[in-house]
Amino acid sequence: MKDETVIRGLAHQDTTHDSAIKQVQGRADYTDDLSEPYGLAHAYLGLSQCAHGLIRDMDLSAVRTSPGVIGVLTAADIAHNDVSANGKHDDPIFAETEVLFWGQPIFAVIAETRDQARRAAHKAKIAYDPLPHVLEPIGARDAGMGYVTEPLTLRRGDAAAAMEKAPRRIKGRMAIGGQDHFYLEGQIAMAIPGEDEDVTINVSTQHPSEVQHVVAHVMGVPSHSVVVNVRRMGGGFGGKETQMNLFAAVAAIAAKRWNRAVKIRPDRDDDMTATGKRHDFVVDYEVGFDDDGRILAVEGDWYARCGFSSDLSGPVTDRALFHADNAYYYPDVRVSSHPMKTNTVSNTAFRGFGGPQGIVAAERMVEEIGYALGRDPLEIRKLNLYQNGQLTPYHQEVTDQILPRIFEELEASSDYHARRQAVLDWNERAKREGGVIRKGIALTPVKFGISFTATWFNQAGALLHIYSDGSMALNHGGTEMGQGLNTKVAQVVAEVFQCDISRIKITKTTTEKVPNTSATAASSGTDLNGMAALDAADQIKARLIEFVAERWQAPREEVEFVPGHIRAGDRLIPFDEVIGAAYMARIHLSAAGFYKTPKIHWDRSTGRGRPFYYYSYGAAVAEVSVDTLTGEYVIDRADVLHDVGRSLNPAIDRGQVEGAFVQGTGWLTCEELWWDDKGRLRTHAPSTYKIPLASDKPRIFNVKLADWSENSERSIKRSKAVGEPPFVLGVCVFEAINMAVASFTDYRRAALLDAPATPERVLMAIEALRREPGQK
Amino acid sequence: MTPELCFLLNDREIRLAEVGPSDTLLDFLRIEQRLTGTKEGCAEGDCGACTVLLGRLTDAGLIYEPINACIRFLASCHGCHIVTVEHLHGPDGGLHPVQAVMVEHHATQCGFCTPGFVMALYGLWMANPDPSVTEIETALQGNLCRCTGYEPIIKAALAAGRAGGQAMDMLALERDAVAARLRDMRGGRVELAKGGQRAIIPADTDDLAAVLEVEPKATIVAGSTDVGLWVTKFLRDISPAVFIGHLMKEMSVTGGEIRLGAGVTYSEAAPLFRRHLPQVHDYLMRIAGWQVRNMGTIGANIANGSPIGDTPPLLIALDARIVLRKGAARREIALEDFFIDYGKQDRAPGEFVETVIIPIRPDARIAAYKVSKRRDSDITAVAAGFSVTVEGDIITEARLAFGGMAATPKRAKSAEAALVGQPFASASFEAAAKAVTRDFQPLSDWRASADYRRTVSANLFRRFWLEQSEPDLPVRLNYAVGE
Repeated sequence: MKDETVIRGLAHQDTTHDSAIKQVQGRADYTDDLSEPYGLAHAYLGLSQCAHGLIRDMDLSAVRTSPGVIGVLTAADIAHNDVSANGKHDDPIFAETEVLFWGQPIFAVIAETRDQARRAAHKAKIAYDPLPHVLEPIGARDAGMGYVTEPLTLRRGDAAAAMEKAPRRIKGRMAIGGQDHFYLEGQIAMAIPGEDEDVTINVSTQHPSEVQHVVAHVMGVPSHSVVVNVRRMGGGFGGKETQMNLFAAVAAIAAKRWNRAVKIRPDRDDDMTATGKRHDFVVDYEVGFDDDGRILAVEGDWYARCGFSSDLSGPVTDRALFHADNAYYYPDVRVSSHPMKTNTVSNTAFRGFGGPQGIVAAERMVEEIGYALGRDPLEIRKLNLYQNGQLTPYHQEVTDQILPRIFEELEASSDYHARRQAVLDWNERAKREGGVIRKGIALTPVKFGISFTATWFNQAGALLHIYSDGSMALNHGGTEMGQGLNTKVAQVVAEVFQCDISRIKITKTTTEKVPNTSATAASSGTDLNGMAALDAADQIKARLIEFVAERWQAPREEVEFVPGHIRAGDRLIPFDEVIGAAYMARIHLSAAGFYKTPKIHWDRSTGRGRPFYYYSYGAAVAEVSVDTLTGEYVIDRADVLHDVGRSLNPAIDRGQVEGAFVQGTGWLTCEELWWDDKGRLRTHAPSTYKIPLASDKPRIFNVKLADWSENSERSIKRSKAVGEPPFVLGVCVFEAINMAVASFTDYRRAALLDAPATPERVLMAIEALRREPGQK
Repeated sequence: MTPELCFLLNDREIRLAEVGPSDTLLDFLRIEQRLTGTKEGCAEGDCGACTVLLGRLTDAGLIYEPINACIRFLASCHGCHIVTVEHLHGPDGGLHPVQAVMVEHHATQCGFCTPGFVMALYGLWMANPDPSVTEIETALQGNLCRCTGYEPIIKAALAAGRAGGQAMDMLALERDAVAARLRDMRGGRVELAKGGQRAIIPADTDDLAAVLEVEPKATIVAGSTDVGLWVTKFLRDISPAVFIGHLMKEMSVTGGEIRLGAGVTYSEAAPLFRRHLPQVHDYLMRIAGWQVRNMGTIGANIANGSPIGDTPPLLIALDARIVLRKGAARREIALEDFFIDYGKQDRAPGEFVETVIIPIRPDARIAAYKVSKRRDSDITAVAAGFSVTVEGDIITEARLAFGGMAATPKRAKSAEAALVGQPFASASFEAAAKAVTRDFQPLSDWRASADYRRTVSANLFRRFWLEQSEPDLPVRLNYAVGE
């Protein structure tokens, strides 16, 4: 019997994001769009106007008497003034006596309307006794500011001795800027008080369980009193992994205190001023190599601007070291992190989580070797790629290397070698004829380790119900921020039951359905939650097979899920009929699934282990044109070949790769965080902080998935994580810009631009080179 | 005089008696009407998440343009038709073609920016049924997306062009009826108040002159692309505010001069500039994003007095003049004399900019340059307008004006002196490049350092010379996308 049923949304299909139709209609609800409870009040934060100082006097009387004000919260009103989730107790909700950065929350005011709360917040009179402030990580080191968390050193072999013996050595320093998340939907939370100690919080968060635990701690109540819901976020990128804790806590405290629902939504300026960003780094590196360009030894120190508290700076700076090798084997290596305390907002997770800052420095070393030897840096890259069996600086064996094939295919599809020659010819001619436009081209890879380095986070839960009409409700611990997680997880379940994805509704993520979840972060959302959902589905499927075999009298091995139906021997029974019958037969149609990533372990004290389940790979080529009179540039073309294993949803994965590439490019080009000498961030809104626009993306943009790749580990359907790795591909744009600048040295040495390569940085580097003899 | 604000919102007529001058359209939509499809992303007109269409009657009939609801004051919507994403639908009641292509091309991820993109693309789809990639990118300069990298959105926009269907579009079908309803809303002066805050919408320009005679200290609000931020970002009190965005729309070309009413928006002026000053078209298309160009007016860009306004350097180079009016009295001054110092202009209380007069100089070599951290929709680090006249081989006149280099938009007198009377040759422009560094002592800020501003301002002379002397040499970056 041939079945003609067509079903949509199985694994590996180009399935549309489950919210796409609602989104284009404006009917997808974000936290600020939810129906507001009667009597909703609004909270607004009062922020410090001082980068470091003691609060001498705080007069909030004008705040309290401002129209519509219901009340004010300060540190004194809070049971535990601490929203840190890492046990270090260094992240107060409100500063108490000492202010540690410009923009630190000091109080909150609650009023009838948001406008009233906002106006009232600006009426505070706070006097400070200023103390010296330090903004830069090297300045912090020199001032003895100390670390916000324990540093890490990764070591294999004897780097100092190998460096000593190396025929050639290069020493350098590179500054790498931070990045604001610029999620389009800012931070927001709405808390609704319940009976007893209960409170329900709707909040834009990547980590509902952490909000739950932190709010419970702050209020001194058990976690079971706090329910946290998130239907979707308008972007997260790491900015809502811990940064929403404070907002949720303020809303919850106020809601209980005044027994009214309370919403808090900072304006964009306050959001960008008072919440953490990607860590800026200064990297001191030394690389030893031979005349062929083979790397022999690497030593490096990664100094991070962590801000005033630890937050996630420990794991972020750790991950910078985990990726200090990017894709290259360092025979002898010593790399160290320096998580510096600074008088800036506490930096946090951001797509790549420190990895990109490790990789940028690795690629800078390779680039410098190339220039030093007069060779295309690509040759140096190929020479130093890991071979299976080699060990990383953290002693994990690389076993799934696929970059040689990716390089080979990408070089061919992008016509890399001919285009590089054309770029060289163009620049030669420009030099001869006084041409204004110079060009550059670069091909850079990424190898990205997948798993939380905090091993215990690598677990997930899911809850699947099949209702008696055959429709399904699926919940898991992951959160939807646009990455299509819910769609991919639903595809996994649709595949199990061979049913159309429209049967499966994934509703909001809530701590009531799945407890103790991990953040949707580290690119792990699908890997973990897809597996947990698969476990739940498999449990119900096993029960159904058992039931069908008995009811329709077929051997168990002849019961099979086929599109829309279940086959029992030679009978084909519609799925709905089976479910209805199963219900009547009192089959349990609900299951909780669970997953924990196998094989991984990490001992931070020895710097050894297998922190990553597997690696994701990719590479990209960019060609740029640079206006040597203004420093402006355009990405003429970019070609990407990226590995997502056996993609669960190629359309969604390609979207992740494209978006990550452009976001990574923004980080390294136009996105600049700028503090004034008072320690005040002055780029705190889209008018001053410039993320890429449509006209900034590569003029020609070819993005392909390596469709032949399969995860060598038993990941969900042999797919690979996609969120973070392609972010790093933007490095090729940065290096291509550097090459255009280096044309003014006839490529005798690298341009050594710091990141971001703003037009200003590019022009000033060119002008400096122009003044050298023999150039014009 | 009527105490009521009246406009169409989607398919409903809204009449409001209590409206304050600072009430924004976005808050009205989201808070009062619970039309939450329109989002607040930045409240400063930069991200486009709040994009809605605004329909208004013009001499050419009813037109719809995307605007930023976040910095648009409700009072300025009098007699207009506001169309939000909730209203958008296809002929069968399902998805509109612009919405359908966004879904088909996987052009939504987090979706928060999506309604704004949809509305901007809807505006483009109506105005330009077959846009090029460059035209799409220009239409999307005012929309930020942090997820997709824009690639699928642009593909969707191209597909929307191919999909067609404009004749059967919901707004096209009801165009005449809507125009008639809007026409009925027109009338005399409207005065509104809420909590002691007052908003005045004059009936016409004479009425504006009369209002300002009585309220000389009133805040004059044209496109609200700057005043909007005074309110949304700085919580400034703008009462009493006089809304003039609907006034002074006259455009003409007579006697070799372009005359623009002060209320002419960048978008309205663009075709005229394209025809008579094609050299500056690219420059004009780099002023803010489409939504802002649909609201902001050239007259207010001048009257505002900002040292980084985009039009004054160009207009000063072109020797533009402005007409200032107070009551019935008018005076005409050179634009460059209007800017006295930072925050200080030659405008008396009660006086307003009525007309901008721009000489067309076919004999001059004209260029306008803008340098910024990001190419599009960025605030200028350095802007320059050059008008150089050459007779024989000698430079006979040079008007070189800069923005971002001083407390006001200002001419570079040393650089001009270095050019005038000199041969039209590289050496002269090299001399001007050196001279311009004496003209200005720019500031360092987050947009650019003083050094960069100085270096770039000098290099712009080199660029100008190369563009004028070697038309085949690639001097500018090529942003065009092959289709």
